[in-house]
Amino acid sequence: MAGFLVVVATTYLGLLAVTFFIGRVVPIDPVLAIVGDRAPAHVVERVRLEMGLDLPYYQQFWLYMKGVLSGDFGTSVLTTNPVMTDIRRVFPATMELASVGTIIGALIGVPLGVLAAVRRGSFTDQVVRIIGLVGYSVPIFWLGLLALLVFYARLGWVSGPGRIDVVFEYTFTPVTGFFLLDAILNRDWAAFRDIVSHIILPASLLGYFSLAYISRMTRSFMLNELGQEYIVAARAKGLSETRIIWGHALRNAAVPLVTVIALSYAGLLEGSVLTETVFAWPGLGLYITNSLQNADMNAVLGGTIVIGSVFIAINLLSDVLYRMLDPRTRSR
Amino acid sequence: MSEATMTRREWLLTDRPQSRLQARLGRAYVAWRRFTANKLAVIGLVIILGLVFLAIFAPLLAPHSPYIGDLAKARLLAPGAGHWLGTDDQGRDILSRLIYGSRLTLQVVLLVAVIAAPIGLLVGTVAGYAGGWVDAVLMRITDIFLAFPKLVLALAFVAALGPGIGNAIIAIAITSWPPYARIARAETLTVRNSDYIQAVQLMGASPWRIVLRHIMPLCISSLIVRVTLDMAGIILTAAGLGFLGLGAQPPLPEWGAMIASGRRFILDQWWVAAAPGVAILIVSLGFNLLGDGLRDALDPRGSGQ
Repeated sequence: MAGFLVVVATTYLGLLAVTFFIGRVVPIDPVLAIVGDRAPAHVVERVRLEMGLDLPYYQQFWLYMKGVLSGDFGTSVLTTNPVMTDIRRVFPATMELASVGTIIGALIGVPLGVLAAVRRGSFTDQVVRIIGLVGYSVPIFWLGLLALLVFYARLGWVSGPGRIDVVFEYTFTPVTGFFLLDAILNRDWAAFRDIVSHIILPASLLGYFSLAYISRMTRSFMLNELGQEYIVAARAKGLSETRIIWGHALRNAAVPLVTVIALSYAGLLEGSVLTETVFAWPGLGLYITNSLQNADMNAVLGGTIVIGSVFIAINLLSDVLYRMLDPRTRSR
Repeated sequence: MSEATMTRREWLLTDRPQSRLQARLGRAYVAWRRFTANKLAVIGLVIILGLVFLAIFAPLLAPHSPYIGDLAKARLLAPGAGHWLGTDDQGRDILSRLIYGSRLTLQVVLLVAVIAAPIGLLVGTVAGYAGGWVDAVLMRITDIFLAFPKLVLALAFVAALGPGIGNAIIAIAITSWPPYARIARAETLTVRNSDYIQAVQLMGASPWRIVLRHIMPLCISSLIVRVTLDMAGIILTAAGLGFLGLGAQPPLPEWGAMIASGRRFILDQWWVAAAPGVAILIVSLGFNLLGDGLRDALDPRGSGQ
């Protein structure tokens, strides 16, 4: 366990080192970004000293690390807020989107994978394979644009970009930042319906993205389980095929599947950068791309660190879950 | 059995090859047969060969100029006889831009592979062969890069280096090498203690010679498979960077950037954004199919997964 923590700590240190390095090679002078290019020389010099840019690099890195670890990513030039405040405001939107996406992906992906494994080599197997391959190959932002065109503009089945209609701007009070949860807590069913019709399209897209991965892995795990001797024993006992597949084989395949689903969740947090841009979803991804377009490096690097930290945390969590769920790993 | 009575097929499939060339050709033949038995893989190969063909002969194949359009008469035309895929907001023929865009796609994919694969190969083989603290340090660095979200890191790099296709390629390459290092290390560990390596050591070969001449060639085939499978992801990342305006800059006909510029007209002139997306989908599907086929053909252990 101690070795495990060392791994996590060095990985995190590496993350900070890389973002620090990126922040220093930027061609934009961080001082000019704050004071503007018309500031007199003595102001520029003073801000330079205040920011510690005259110190040697290792001392700068030390200061940077201390700041980041205490939640200080500097100030966003674009919003003039501390980057941490901004991120705390936008992050729930991204988490909500990724969570709903993962739920959709797992609910459809796991049964598809099981079906493909049970009917290996059949037409169904081929169809599932093609669905997965297309999911791996399609540019998600393009699919999002087309989905908006078809389901929002042409058919009018769902609401357009954003998280919630302007109508609810004054009546709806977010508590947790997860709008679906907030609407349930407030018993505001009109708002709930509106939120669902906003989230369904981007979440389905992200869900499709993770479905491709989840169904492929489920198929491979299930094929592995179905070849085991305990399945033969269960068949010999005369158990129904349904029980063997869903009760016995899938239950054993579920252990590695937890890791797969956790990793696909992490992947969706990343995939949200492009999806949020297309759907004007006010989350971390949109925050990062907006900041990029305005050369707001503090915000970009802060967002990168947050997504990187979540990545590391999810990797850690899935590892711990795997150990907890699979008794065979305990003795080792 | 004499040479004369053997058919070419028998010569290739013989258990007792007479020369190194015959053995190699025989193995390639078996892999090729296994590859072509997989119809989807052949489709993938045809798609990629088609892409290469388009890229090489773009000036001959494109019906119009990819850069100069007819602003007065040909703005946002629907697909039709003169312009098979319509025209964009600058009156440029979309088909011609797609054909020229294949050059950019191929350039990105090739350069990323040429930069990232050797880095991964070198790091992995050196770590695997040297062992000890060298291995620990190199693999630690690899794990750090592996733990990063690829697209977000590439975004941050491009933001720092400045937008442009060259910087996008560098950023993608920096984020792509770690899996190759992992694979190369795993392959190295399996052969490191084998007899033939010990024989070479006894003959006095230097560690560098052993790594470069005797270990690296063995890692190539699994690396090729992995790189091919990664190509689709590389294309999608490059297109994503282009879509965000961080990749190739206008007027270059990069497919992701073309989607971004067609986004404004998506409601009325949907084909402007739709066509480049279809191109990206076909090409990355091609690489995925080809990679799957190569994996099954070159590495029978991993088949069926």
